[in-house]
This record gives sequence, C-alpha cells and structure tokens, in this order.
Amino acid sequence: MLAILVKEKIIAVVTSENFDDSKTGRLVYSYDSTPNYQALPDAVVSPRNTAEVAEIVKICNEHQIPIVPRGSGTNLCGGTCPLEGGIVMLFKHMNKILEIDEENLTATVQPGVITYDVITAVESKGLFYPPDPGSMKISTIGGNINENSGGLRGLKYGVTRDYVMALEIVLPNGEIIRTGGKLAKDVAGYDFTRLYVGSEGTLGIVTEATLKLIPIPDAKKTMLALYQDMEAAARSVSKIIANKIIPATLEFLDQPTLKVVEDYARIGLPTDVKAVLLIEQDGPPEVVERDIIKISEICRQEMAVSVQIAQSETEAEALRTARRTALSALARLKPTTILEDATVPRSEIAKMVKAINDIAAKYKLDICTFGHAGDGNLHPTCPTDARNHEEMERVERAFAEIFEKAIELGGTITGEHGVGVMKSPYLELKLGKAGIAAMQAVKNALDPNHIMNPGKVFMDDSRKRVKVGQ
Amino acid sequence: MTKLQEQQTIQKQFNERMNQEELLNCMRCGFCLPSCPTYIESGFQESHSPRGRIALMKAVVDGLIEPDEDFERSLDLCLGCRACEPVCPSGVNYGQLLEEARDIVNQNKRHSLPVRAVRKAVFEGLFPHQNRIKNLTGLIGFYQRSGLQKAARKTGIMKLLPENLAAMEKVLPPVPTMKEMKNRPEHLPSIGTQTARVAFFSGCLMDTVFLETNNATMKLLQLAGCEVVIPKGQSCCGALHGHSGEKESARGLAKKNIQAFEDLNVDFIITNAGGCGAFLMDYDHLLKDDPLWKERAAAFKEKIKDIAEVLVAAGFHEKVKLELPPQVVTYQDSCHLRNVMKTASAPRLLIQSIKGVEFKEMQQADRCCGSAGIYNIIESEMSMRLLDSKMVHAKATHASTIVTANPGCLLQMKLGIEREGLAAKMRGVHLVDLLMEAVKKEAVV
Repeated sequence: MLAILVKEKIIAVVTSENFDDSKTGRLVYSYDSTPNYQALPDAVVSPRNTAEVAEIVKICNEHQIPIVPRGSGTNLCGGTCPLEGGIVMLFKHMNKILEIDEENLTATVQPGVITYDVITAVESKGLFYPPDPGSMKISTIGGNINENSGGLRGLKYGVTRDYVMALEIVLPNGEIIRTGGKLAKDVAGYDFTRLYVGSEGTLGIVTEATLKLIPIPDAKKTMLALYQDMEAAARSVSKIIANKIIPATLEFLDQPTLKVVEDYARIGLPTDVKAVLLIEQDGPPEVVERDIIKISEICRQEMAVSVQIAQSETEAEALRTARRTALSALARLKPTTILEDATVPRSEIAKMVKAINDIAAKYKLDICTFGHAGDGNLHPTCPTDARNHEEMERVERAFAEIFEKAIELGGTITGEHGVGVMKSPYLELKLGKAGIAAMQAVKNALDPNHIMNPGKVFMDDSRKRVKVGQ
Repeated sequence: MTKLQEQQTIQKQFNERMNQEELLNCMRCGFCLPSCPTYIESGFQESHSPRGRIALMKAVVDGLIEPDEDFERSLDLCLGCRACEPVCPSGVNYGQLLEEARDIVNQNKRHSLPVRAVRKAVFEGLFPHQNRIKNLTGLIGFYQRSGLQKAARKTGIMKLLPENLAAMEKVLPPVPTMKEMKNRPEHLPSIGTQTARVAFFSGCLMDTVFLETNNATMKLLQLAGCEVVIPKGQSCCGALHGHSGEKESARGLAKKNIQAFEDLNVDFIITNAGGCGAFLMDYDHLLKDDPLWKERAAAFKEKIKDIAEVLVAAGFHEKVKLELPPQVVTYQDSCHLRNVMKTASAPRLLIQSIKGVEFKEMQQADRCCGSAGIYNIIESEMSMRLLDSKMVHAKATHASTIVTANPGCLLQMKLGIEREGLAAKMRGVHLVDLLMEAVKKEAVV
C-alpha cells in the first residue's frame, strides 16, 4: 500500500475521483492480455493533463514508487502488468484527437485515444494512418507507441515507429520535453522520438504524439492462393517481392492453423493444402489491377493449386475470413493461448516454419503458425492449459528453441509484441551482453531510481513479487 | 449473519459453483471492451467491462479478493446485454457466468427488508402466476379507462414519483380489458396453403399488457401459412428470475414450459420477445445438472425461433403485400435477439419490404438501449445515460418510427421519445405491429 502521505499528495493533484486503491479497482488493473501474469498495483491513477502527469511522476520519483503507464492492456508481453506494485497510470481522460493538419499531413493526439478512432477520423478526411495492429479497435495510440506495434500493413507501409514525428514526454524526473516536430527533416541532436517509440514505458511517459499521415490509396484488391507445399508458398512470397511488387498485405496460414480454422468456421477450405497466402494490393486502380494479375501469375508459376481473386468487397471479405478467424479458432481449442511473434528475414520463412513444426513434434505440442509472411513476422501459437504444469514447461522449452532458431536465421525474438517480462529472459540472445549493457546505460541515465515500469525489458533477478498463477 | 460471514459463504460458493473452465477461457485480450455499453458510459472503467468482471469473478474464486460492495456494484451495473459474446475470440459464455455469480450473491445476501419484500412479491408472488398478471393488468386498465389516470395526472401526484417511473406511467400502452384477456385462442389454422405447424410462446407480459402485439403475431403467422398452436399450460419464461439471481424459480418455470410444448409435434416454437426467446434458448444450460430434464431442454431449445426469422423463411414478405404511408423507419436491435438468438438481418429485411417505408439504419443500433429487464428502474442513472445516447442516434436518422422486437426495448424507446419531447413526431412500435399495419386489408380474411 502507498504511504498515507504519498496517497494524499497524489490525490491533491488528481482529486480523489481519479485515485482508486480499492481492492476491486486494483484487481482489474493487475493483468493485461499476457497469459499467466498477474500482480496487484497499490493504486490506479488517472491524470487529466500533462501537468498532472508530471506532478505525479515527481512524487513517485521522490518516494521511489513504480509507475506503469497503461492503455487498454492488450499487449502480449506482460508489458503493463505491475510486477512490483506501485501505481498504474491510466489515460482515459487524455484521449482526444487534438488536431488533424491537412497541410502538413499530421494528426496530433493524446495517448489515450483508441487507434481505430484515429484511423477513422483521418480517413474521413481522405488521409491514411497505416499501422493496424490486431487489437486496433481496443488499443490506444499511447500503447502502440510504447510497444512500437506492427500490423498487417507492415510490409508495405511500415510500423508505428515510421509514423511518429514528434512526442511530448514526461521524463522520470518529472521534466517535460518535446521531441521532433512536423518536420520531414530534423537532425537537431539525438533522435529521442525513435528512442521512446518501443521503450515499453521504461524511460518516461508519452503525453502527446504527432503522427504522420499519407494520402489514402484509391483502390484495393484481395486474392487467396493455396499451396500443396510450404516451400512453394515461401518462394511465391520472395518472387513477388523480387518482381518489385510490394503488396499491402501478404499473410499466410500453415496447415495446422488451416485445419483448426476450417473446423471452426466451415468456410470450405481444403484442409489437405499445406499453406494459404492472403494477398492484398492497394494504390491507383490501374496499378492495383496490374499488380494483382502479375502476382496471380507468379503464384501459379510457383505451383499454387488454386488462385482466387475477389471481384467484390463481399468476396474479398470471404477470402479474408480464414486469416481473420485464425485467432478465434485457436483460442477456442484450449483455455490458454500462447501467441508469440518470432520474426525472420522473409527469405527464411519456409525454414522457420519447418523448424517450428519440428520443434512442436519434438515437444509433443500443437503449434499452429500464421502471420505476416511479407515481413517475416510469424505467429507460432500454442493452445495449452496453464494448469498443466508439465505441459507448460514443455511449451516454455519449445518457445526457447523457436527463439534460438529465429536468431540463428538472422531474425529476432519479437517482431511486434515487445519484450516486457515475457521475453526478457531471451533478450540477450538477440543483443548479447554488450548490447544489453548499452541499453541499461540509457535506462540508468534517464531513470536512475528505476521507477518507470520496473521488471520489464531487462531480466531482473531480484523480483519483489511472485507472479500469481492464472 | 454478519457481513464477513456472508462474504465467506459467497466466496466458498464461488469456488464450488462457478464454471472455472469458462473463467479460464477468457484470455483477457480485451476484444469485448468496445462492445460494452457500461465500459464506455462509465468512462472506460475496467471494473465495468466484461473482461474486468470476469477477472473479478475469478479473483473471488481464487480468494484474491473478497466479494465486497465494489464487487457487487460491478455485477449490478452489468446490463446483461451480452454484446461481449459475439465479439469474443474464445467464445466465453459471459451471460451464463453472470447469472451464476448473481445467483450466488443473491441467495447468500441478506437484502434490506423493503428490497426483500419487493423481490418476493415480484419473483414469487407475481410472475409465475399468469392470472395474477392478468388481474394486475386489469387494474391498470381500470386506472387508464376510469378517468383515474386523467385525474391523477391533473393533480400532479405523478411528480412525486421518481422521474423515470412517472414517465413510465405515461408510456404504458392502453392495456386490454379483463374480458379481452380471457378466452385466448388455443389453435388457429393457416390462411392459405399450410407450410408449417408452429407453437406460439405467448409470454406473460406479452399476453396481457401487449395483447394486441400477440394477436398481430398470430395473424402474421397464419398469413405466412402456419398452423398455430398456443398451449394453455405455458408460463412466464423466467428470464427476469434468471437474470436477477433467482435461478431456482427460473428452473421451475422452465420445466413447466418444456412440458407444455414437448408433445405438440410442431416445427418451431415462436417468440416475439427477444428477451424471452434468448432465455428459452438457455434452458439447456439452466437444467444442465438435472439428468431428467437435460435432454428435454435441449430438444426444446432446438425449436425456438423468433417470429421475424420464421416470416422471412416462409417468404411472408414476398407473399403478402405490405404498404404504409410514406415514412422513415429505423430499427433498434433487441440485445438478446441479436447477441443470443443471432437474429439481426430478418427484422431489417421485413421492414425494408414494406412499400412506402424508407429504412434508415441508426448508428450503434446494436448497442443496448438501457432497458435490460428491470435495469431501467433499478439502475436508472446508467439506463438514462444509455437512453440519451440512443436518442441522439435515433434523432439523427429523422425517423418518425422506431421499431423494436422486444417489449422492454419498446417501452424504453417510448420513454426516450417522451423524454425528448418528440411524442408529436416520433413513435415506438413493435415489429409485428408495424407489419400488421402494413398488411393490405384484403389479405386478412
């Protein structure tokens, strides 16, 4: 519990209405979407503006109280689970779109605004904010920035990082700084904007962001290709890109996923095929038309057993069903769903998928893989049961091997979900000791008291609280 | 019992009775959050979201928290609209978890004396007894027709009632006379070629306060080519009991209804109230631990269909000429009809089939209007907030008619129209009443 003095100080800033240390109030912010992590915060605080955020940070820094900034709690790395207690900071009051600047093509928003609301607001003005994480209808921009979220459009359009131009940040000492600007070119000092995107709430609190917008593409077409052989599907992916076509979406599902999807949704997909590619292209109508024809030719040359091009939005929606229902279908199999995001260079996808299937067999697990084939970002997903400790151990060992394999192929342990607490044991695989030491030096310089989201990104052997099993 | 003892008993029963598989099935992805009216209206409070409520139930099961007042508040404020279910990737049966949790809390909680008296009167004294509902409706009828209503309104005595109850008094439809409520039909032949034999679940409120709507329902079924059976032995569906933590009474009513309908040799059992239909469809879950009734309940459930689905399937809208004076019409989904019975497009299709009608979809028609059984009386503040947002969207369509498919929603829409002072240019009407209006006279023999 917070000391009475601290509690009174915080209430003096935000009023008692925005301070909650009831058991119920704390319990509902003790978790996020990551299976198996739960820890109670000492209080939940909802500041109303940047000045209040700064005041709270100063109080917490003085009394060395952890702060966990939290959007909608949809992350999959335990990033917003308050492992060491302290306060969970909510941005439910700071959820406005402050400006859409049609001359500079930017949107300036507060961190609590829902991603999808930004997307629809800018689209109503003929503009486009491409990052589309799977949880965009729920997630906040603040959460996306802190996790550097990806999405289906990553291959062609990049990820959240590529659309953040400027930030307002409250530093761990309570100072407020502004980074970047509505500027395509800006080399004044270190690029703190990029440093803070993906910093997982460990370096400070984002209180405002200016996002880059682009004109919305005029047209879009959708197609589906089925393969008898994973290698052939992977070759198609490489060949499409070697032909200088960058599709807007290039998603795939492997056979185990396909079987589960067909069992659940009954959409008439043949379950004997080994891989499915869902491909979309957007842009000017004539370019879209030309690209889709070219892509379908490539798929056929690479022995696709079937290529379907949607002739209408209804047909396109039908083709998207398999990919869209993948998570639902998998989540219904067993109580616990472990969804990872090992990522490899796209040329290595076939090898990675094969390795995942071999590892699953070795540990006697069902692992279904789907994901973003175009950018090598895979989602090996394991339906399991957190109560079965023996199986959970096998799951952990299997994923450790998957991460090692990804690194061996020139990839990474996480493409878009973040390190958080879930993947902190594997970070050294990717960065090496020196890499981690360099990052820790940055952390120590900016947050010497380690009040910002402690226990995340870096392994912390001296964790104060034991996680509560789900 | 002391409060602490009460909490301990509740905690123990949570551990014993809550479906732990189902609680674990929630993977906390948060996909339910944008669909939850109370999460949005409470200013994004996780404790008033489905994910939060499930986490709280699980925390009580696990002994992480006590079932204190805040916990109860979280359960109480839930509308039970079940909009979270269709969007849940894991397919968590939230409604069933909520009912079980409420039942445990209610059965072990010592309510204050007045609350206990009201609950007993409503759940045991009134709803299981159709004749008492008739008598009460008769009294309301006497009040409306005798001049008492006029007198009461003149004296301003209504101002003494809480605001929404006073408005409620205004929006209650003119109820039927005792004579009209007696001698209800038990069997009606099809009009024209017979295509199906159906049974009609007439409901308790629907067969009294909303008698005209029931009459219209049966007439439409006949016109669609259905032979209609209305078994005498049926009773209230038990939804109000089930949703309010009175599961045992609900089970008694369920058995009575299953018995009344099971040997009729019909293709479907028709309802015209989404709230009742959805509860009838949950009978198999309600009786899952009763080996004698489990299968009978499952067979019963298979036959439940909303009137709109059956009319569309029978091609009623193509067979019968439907026409109304030119007007803009919008439709408010009944949550349980949409989220549990999965009926959403049939009512819209029927409305669009009426010549002269311009159908305009209102924004967020799939969001709860705040009626939710007796929620609008018990949780009136939240209910009125939801209704106010609803009316903003309804007004934006410039519709003169709001159509619904459930009596609670209908009264709430009428209340919304009254509160907005729009009674002169907007009306609320049940789908079957609108269709009946639209049936060309010559079609009705």
